[in-house]
Amino acid sequence: MDALLTPFLEATLRTATPLAFAALGELVTERSGVINLGLEGSIVAGCLGALVVAGAAGPAAGFLGGAAAGVLLASLLALFVITLRTDQIIAGTAVTMLGLGLTGTLYRVLYGVGGAGLSTPTVAPYTIPLLADIPVLGPALFRQTAPTYALYVALPLIAWWLHRTHGGLALRATGERAESAVAAGVPVARMRWAAILFGGAMGGLGGATLVLAQVGSFNEGMSAGRGFIAIAIVVLGRWSAWGTAAASLVFGGAFALQYLFQSTGLDVPYSLFLAFPYVLTLALLALLRGRSAAPAGLAQG
Amino acid sequence: MDALLALWDGAFGSSYAFWSATLVRATPLLFVGLAVAVAFRAGVLNIGAEGQLLVGAIVASSIALHNAGAPRAVVIVAMIVGGAAGGAAWAGIAEWLRRRFGVLEVISTIMLNFVALALLSWVVRGPLQEPSGIYPQSAAFPEASHWPFLIPGQRLHLGFLLGAALALGAWFLLARSAAGFRVRVVGAGARAAVSAGGVDAQRTITTVFLLSGACAGLAGASEVGGVTWALYEGLSPGYGYTAIAVALLARLDPRWVVLSAVFFGALDAGAAAMQRDAGVPSVVGQVVVAAVVLLVLASGAVRDRIPRARAAAPEALG
Repeated sequence: MDALLTPFLEATLRTATPLAFAALGELVTERSGVINLGLEGSIVAGCLGALVVAGAAGPAAGFLGGAAAGVLLASLLALFVITLRTDQIIAGTAVTMLGLGLTGTLYRVLYGVGGAGLSTPTVAPYTIPLLADIPVLGPALFRQTAPTYALYVALPLIAWWLHRTHGGLALRATGERAESAVAAGVPVARMRWAAILFGGAMGGLGGATLVLAQVGSFNEGMSAGRGFIAIAIVVLGRWSAWGTAAASLVFGGAFALQYLFQSTGLDVPYSLFLAFPYVLTLALLALLRGRSAAPAGLAQG
Repeated sequence: MDALLALWDGAFGSSYAFWSATLVRATPLLFVGLAVAVAFRAGVLNIGAEGQLLVGAIVASSIALHNAGAPRAVVIVAMIVGGAAGGAAWAGIAEWLRRRFGVLEVISTIMLNFVALALLSWVVRGPLQEPSGIYPQSAAFPEASHWPFLIPGQRLHLGFLLGAALALGAWFLLARSAAGFRVRVVGAGARAAVSAGGVDAQRTITTVFLLSGACAGLAGASEVGGVTWALYEGLSPGYGYTAIAVALLARLDPRWVVLSAVFFGALDAGAAAMQRDAGVPSVVGQVVVAAVVLLVLASGAVRDRIPRARAAAPEALG
């Protein structure tokens, strides 16, 4: 059993990592009252940004490149949604389209049409001594790559910041009731700009993780809907940091199932696995209905 | 400069370029653009035209492949009806999730796009695979299911005519009929429509959502029946997403969707020629599409038309 379970849990965590980055970023953005449908664009921009920068300056800089590319796209969304006050949903969809189109174009311009096989060295998993010796869970939790460990630190920090600091309170007030936040002296527009840019950076990091810690190359549209799944994850996580992390794990597991089934050699059509995470999203959204936990001002501005 | 010349030539450079490239590429955009325009007018944010198109194509293909010697007209009508029904059914899932469980249609329609892709990937390897079982595509359709060309020697087919007629019909209904009035009222604010006008907002939204899906499904039927004569995975290069740009550039007005679709069809045909002749990647087209959406949004031209009816959804988010 361990021979099957540990690799499955390990794959779950690995696949959940890019999703959790994007979803935690989206959580902060949504808590400010903005839904960022351009997140998918930030992720795919992060993929390409990471590849380009890592090629020039190594993987550590690659993560920064990914974050920067994510921020770049998110700033476009912020410009439209906050400064020009356009519809959030449509502007977000356009930003995603722009991200997918731009990265595809740039990749071909930079590496040529034959660049499909271009790869970058990935960061190796690091085994944490002692902790990795815990049976079953140890190897799954503590034989991961740097981005996963970064999340172990970032998750409690985000949860603490949201609920225990003035900044977090101001952010939540912005998302719940912008008028009251203004009355209380919160710079609402600046708050939302910052929240969107943070979401973009986290989306970009998620993309960078995909390229630098997992795939090792870039494909057009390789974000494969992760941005939209991340948005669903925030809903499923009831707009809390810990809930978001837990929901990310559920989706990591859904993606990891295909490795598990492949290793058991059961004859299930591959297309079924392709559809599974998306069907699961729909099913969970339907089952855990209710918007009680959503920021009251979400997508209203 | 060479690239721009190639773009122009590919779209308008000859009568063949216009009738057989530009208008043929405009045809699916006409259907999906109309689908999005009508939905947005009622405040239904249907981002799922892509999936609805694919399901429409799957249904129409299975009709074309199993027509058992029926007359051509019957087969084609069946493909039209089947494609529309397939698209409507796919949209119906999202509408059911919205009405019954309050799932935001933006999320559900996008998820259903991915599910439709997987469904297509399965049918072309399973039930609808070509007889030899080697390639992930259907057999070539029998001739009785090919949609007629409109002009001898050109590739423009019945689909364009159908789409244009549908667009004018939709415009007439929206602008002149009581049902169209209800759609516009619901789009302008569902709560007000319910309390002041006695309009059944939920019912109007459901009708519009299904019609929007049917329209997108027709795009799929028209592609397989009029252009490809076979079903395969790369059927749509993202028509359902370009649809948003088509609809916005038309300011959500069905009449203008025709012109807007021709514009993007020309862009698409030109981009393909540009890639062929000048080596400029055709993904550039996607960037242009996104840029158009953002420019239209920034210009504020559609601000008063994009309704705020999301508030109409029961428990609008989640």
